[in-house]
Amino acid sequence: MTQGMKRAAFRGTALPLPGNDIDTDRIIPARFLKSIVFDGLGEHVFADDRAALERRGKQHPFDDPAYAGATLLLVGDNFGCGSSREHAPQAIHRFGIDAIVGESFAEIFFGNCISVGMPCVTASPADLAEVMRRVSADPKLPLHLDLVSQRLEAGDLEVSVQIPEGPRTAFIEGSWDSTAELLEASDQVAEVAARLPYVNHWS
Amino acid sequence: MGRTLYEKVFDLHTVRRLPSGQYQLFIGLHLIHEVTTPQAFAMLEERGLSVAYPQRTFATVDHIIPTHSLLRPFKDTQAEAMLSALEANVKQHGIRFYSQERQENGIVHVLGPERGLTQPGMTICCGDSHTSTHGAFGALAFGIGTSQVRDVLATQTLAVSKLKVRRVEVNGKLGPGVYAKDVALFIINRLGVQGGVGYAYEFAGDVFDAFDMEERMTVCNMSIEGGARVGYVNPDQTTYDYLKGREAVPHGDNWEEALRYWESIRSDVDATYDDVVRYDAAEIEPVVTWGITPGQSVGVSGRVPGLEAFSETERGNVSQAYDYMKLAAGQPIAGTQIDVAFIGSCTNARISDFQVVAELIEARRNAGRPVHVAPNVRALAVPGSQAVKAEISRRGYDRILKQAGFELREPGCSMCLAMNPDRLHGDEICASSSNRNFKGRQGSPDGRTLLMSPAMVAAAAFAGEVTDVRGLLEVTP
Ligand code: SF4
Repeated sequence: MTQGMKRAAFRGTALPLPGNDIDTDRIIPARFLKSIVFDGLGEHVFADDRAALERRGKQHPFDDPAYAGATLLLVGDNFGCGSSREHAPQAIHRFGIDAIVGESFAEIFFGNCISVGMPCVTASPADLAEVMRRVSADPKLPLHLDLVSQRLEAGDLEVSVQIPEGPRTAFIEGSWDSTAELLEASDQVAEVAARLPYVNHWS
Repeated sequence: MGRTLYEKVFDLHTVRRLPSGQYQLFIGLHLIHEVTTPQAFAMLEERGLSVAYPQRTFATVDHIIPTHSLLRPFKDTQAEAMLSALEANVKQHGIRFYSQERQENGIVHVLGPERGLTQPGMTICCGDSHTSTHGAFGALAFGIGTSQVRDVLATQTLAVSKLKVRRVEVNGKLGPGVYAKDVALFIINRLGVQGGVGYAYEFAGDVFDAFDMEERMTVCNMSIEGGARVGYVNPDQTTYDYLKGREAVPHGDNWEEALRYWESIRSDVDATYDDVVRYDAAEIEPVVTWGITPGQSVGVSGRVPGLEAFSETERGNVSQAYDYMKLAAGQPIAGTQIDVAFIGSCTNARISDFQVVAELIEARRNAGRPVHVAPNVRALAVPGSQAVKAEISRRGYDRILKQAGFELREPGCSMCLAMNPDRLHGDEICASSSNRNFKGRQGSPDGRTLLMSPAMVAAAAFAGEVTDVRGLLEVTP
């Protein structure tokens, strides 16, 4: 995750994960947060959902060999709601996902994905359903997500996707790692601090 | 044209517009805890950076702390490692640590306000989504991820986008037995769990005017459960009375100046909003969740809604919720048997929450109809901080709670989430005063959570099943 890495285009296969309001406790159950490093989170992504399905003799998409090696994740509405734990995008990213396409995303999760360098883009429900349908029918279907043109190609299907201008530019220009940019303005920061009455006088 | 508190505080803290179109925002108060910071400090180290404004960051330990014994080293070696990392980091960077060693610890969102660290007109961040709690004071408070914690440590600023503002008014008067928690759950039910995405919520109206600070905190705490990263109430005399005399609050001339500042950032009467919604307090009854999102709830006299009450797109989730909760559509929510009762968390573990329960128990005892936790129910009362715990003892609530069958624990996040020894087992059902009923939230992959107010949790603990607390309040000798 070094500064300056441009992340404008993503090619690979996809992993469809249907369902709305999938929360961060499901993405990475809290017990896996008990670590002072992010290492090893990838294998525990969706741990409880995966185990629950396995007990019923079913397979979670993250365990399905048909989707092995997928680098794009397809999700529904309000994905990533709940906690601010960056462990959630970290776990998804460390599992091998580079970008997420969904109907909508919870706000803190969206921001955390940017920090991690994993863009989230939205598509219309109809387009998304069609992409999911095609990927389910043909798990090895090659996808191409382009942040410059804001298009997603899935085989011969092409749909438009959206990402807010700020993060879009940041990924295209490779400036999504914020610390260096924020550090540039340290004089201005000091000026703001100096004009805030509470910083100055009592707190 | 008038401006909202959100716009005023945002503008005052804006350092500059970034090339991406986002804003660089100065953060007035940064609260940290053991879970979301070790990686942030490590990233700082990796880049050879130091903490830019260490006196603006305050630490405590809450998520992993055991609630039965604080003896070190903790039995749980991972928990021990996390606390040790925090201790080392605060020491190295000169950050004030409200420690368990000095019995100062508490859930970060209980601690900040009670110490007076949280004040109107501030920007407040913490690596925790319930940071919205601090908005009760008229601050812009929001949760952030670990990389952003790194940014705040390194620069005392963040790159953020501006939110829209929705005014959420609740007017009229709440009935007896209806509490701030019910108002929060009601609003989330009406506006949806993602209704607040892209918005800051300004809570207002008669009900919020009449609320004390702890009640305001309960509602702001749950803004995020409705998708709104920020929720706030304009500061008023109630706010100032609460703050006066607290540890980190100004005294003398500075108090007067602070008051002028706090008054100046209130939303103007002619402020314009991106959206306004209004509810009538009389519509709200005690609320209980039946599903796996905080929006899946009904009034306690209601029934688990059928699929037909939901749109096509919601139905998948609703079926999953029936399945997971083992509840059927059409079933009355009252009468649902419980195994565990939990009064705690940053939503409802302040002194007023325990007061409601203690007074309920006392009223019944005085009326000659005492109540006790049902034999098959485990009931936990976990104060939000050491200060709350001390106040519980000072007022004698400890004895009252224990006699009624509650176990009183050391402060911490406890059973709100599975990072400490307190948890559900198997598919136990918990009546909980916390804020999330997500699958597996309370530590068992099959554990079930019913969110409700502390009074409703107590009522459920006594009855062994979900029941309307208003029945208990009608004490006729
Ligand atoms: S009490 Fe629960 S919601 Fe609040 S900070 Fe702790 S874990 Fe998070």
